[in-house]
Amino acid sequence: MTDYVSTTPGLFPLPDWAKDDLSDLKGHQKHDLISGDEGEEITAAYEQARADVLEVQREADLDRVVEGQLRWDDMLAHPLAVHDAVETRGIVRYYDNNNFYREPVVTGDLEFDGDVAAELETVSELIDDDDDLQAVLPGPYSLFDLATDEHYGDDEEFLAAVGDFLAGELEAFPDHETLFLLEPSLVTDSPAEGLDELASEAIDTVAAATDADVVVQSYWGALEEKVHAHLLDADIDAVGYDFVSNQEDNLYNINEYGTADDISLGLVDGQNTLVEDPEAVRDRTDWVFDQLPVAEFDTVYLTTNTETFYLPYNKFEEKLAVLAEAASLAEVTPA
Amino acid sequence: MSANDTDNKQQFRPEDHPNDHFLLTTVVGSYPKPKWLNRAKELYQDPESDFSDDNWLEAKDDACRLITNEHERAGLDVVVDGEMRRNEMVEFFAHRIDGYEFNGPIKVWGHNYFDKPSVVSEVEYDESWLVDEYEFTAGASDRPVKVPITGPYTLANWSFNEAYEDDDELTLDLADLVNEEIEKLVEAGARYIQIDEPALATTPDDHAIVGEALERIVAGLPEDVRTGLHVCYGDYSRIYPEILEFPVDEFDLELANGDYEQLDVFKDPEFTKDLALGVTDAHIAEVDSVEQIEENIKKGLEVVPPEQLVISPDCGLKLLPREVAYGKMANMVEAARNVEEDLDEGRIDIDRSTVAPADD
Repeated sequence: MTDYVSTTPGLFPLPDWAKDDLSDLKGHQKHDLISGDEGEEITAAYEQARADVLEVQREADLDRVVEGQLRWDDMLAHPLAVHDAVETRGIVRYYDNNNFYREPVVTGDLEFDGDVAAELETVSELIDDDDDLQAVLPGPYSLFDLATDEHYGDDEEFLAAVGDFLAGELEAFPDHETLFLLEPSLVTDSPAEGLDELASEAIDTVAAATDADVVVQSYWGALEEKVHAHLLDADIDAVGYDFVSNQEDNLYNINEYGTADDISLGLVDGQNTLVEDPEAVRDRTDWVFDQLPVAEFDTVYLTTNTETFYLPYNKFEEKLAVLAEAASLAEVTPA
Repeated sequence: MSANDTDNKQQFRPEDHPNDHFLLTTVVGSYPKPKWLNRAKELYQDPESDFSDDNWLEAKDDACRLITNEHERAGLDVVVDGEMRRNEMVEFFAHRIDGYEFNGPIKVWGHNYFDKPSVVSEVEYDESWLVDEYEFTAGASDRPVKVPITGPYTLANWSFNEAYEDDDELTLDLADLVNEEIEKLVEAGARYIQIDEPALATTPDDHAIVGEALERIVAGLPEDVRTGLHVCYGDYSRIYPEILEFPVDEFDLELANGDYEQLDVFKDPEFTKDLALGVTDAHIAEVDSVEQIEENIKKGLEVVPPEQLVISPDCGLKLLPREVAYGKMANMVEAARNVEEDLDEGRIDIDRSTVAPADD
């Protein structure tokens, strides 16, 4: 029997009070963004915000809870933006969104940092036996793609170094049930010939550093065929597909090349305030499986297609509730 | 209509301009609000307070006079009121257009947020958006006044679209509303309109729809009305040279933030419009030296001759401390006047031979 797991890719919006408080405490300019060595007041504000979003996830009854990545001012570039061997330069656009992050320029060896592990520790202290913790990291290819290298010299070496770095960070994580590796760049800036295989090897390196189930979530379209095929060579538990932005090519990829034993479906729009109906999400889940010749999955993750920090807080809360509700509906009347 | 057909920039040249060359200086639009204006707003929004509608209007009028005067003191040739009456570039308009609703702030970058609205039904023109603002500012200054107005593509893209089949449809509907507003502004005397389309830098395939929207926006405008398009924070190679086809006189571009790394994009093919060059980073809270800004201005001269160059900061200055914003403007004007003088004296020799001709 298929297990339907409602979850999110993390990177939540801050609660509105925290937006105000942290603007006042930190400021509005490039140099005011998170540094990794923030002081007591800022830390306290994040702690409270973290507790708030944990509560929202519990109230929604999600099957996985995340820390929320509330400190990730630079979104998926965060693990590098706070790293000692990285300089942050001008603000640059975050994919095709009206969002910006500081360009992280790698100027030295990417040694162990521990920022994300320390952050995850703080939430693992808050959770109890009923909560299943999910860790979130940028996939190595996306982090490589968002950063600029002035140290390693060539793409192959830099990508491998980013993979090793993330694996090192992950080894320090507290226990977690699932790991989501977010890989939008695999779609938006598809790796060139040769690099696609290395991207998959780097994912393998990261995945090997945890005992948890690993989901590689792609979004903003569908993977190119070869990239998808290479991704399936990695030792991962599920590939995530963005069925909000592209149904046809994602279905084609799965039909043509198969997918991992588990699957993650991005069915709820993380970038629009229109709140989906849980029944409609369940029906879309059924519809996806109707299109596949073989639809036997141990675990089906139901998630938003993208991070959710794009949404106003009230709609974010509603979307989490929709995901949880849709998963329990699917559980009752499985596809 | 193109910059080369009508040089409608000359109408903004001050009578007492000291140099033969004229590098028009202006700002993109927004400017830090005086702290007391924010306090007045808090009072106005506080149900316990007896701060009235009239008090609030008076505060905004005062702020508008103050900042317009601050722009004059800095020496700008064309001034703006610093958008003192506007809270944000999409919100302000969305509040005035039927069909929008608000759900709360969302992140743009760092701790900069905006109340991104949702389009929940067909958009319709209701009350005038900017005519009062323009008339007041024009009355408060002897200098020409520029009117920045958020473009329909950005209004569409920076909203959640719950109502339209696709964003293009929404963009074109909004373009008709922007056209209606600009007609009213021109009737009121406005001669310099800047369409802000920061969203254009986001999606490479969308220059066609922005062009189509601009055609609707400028439909029926007299030639002496100068039109500009402000674009910022993107990969310009994805929209250049296609944007040269747009029916505007000037492109106002952010380039100082990236240390002019993208300058070469605009050299091939030849830049046939006016270039309003960002010469100071709007997100670094330090005043650039006059010498530094002079160097930045000369970067612009690598792309266009002086006749096609306009001097401006990268983007709106509203996030800077006010004294820094003022310092940037004042130094920018001083640098522009110095470069003009050097040009008059033939002391500047910039090689534009790497610029490819338009018919290349």
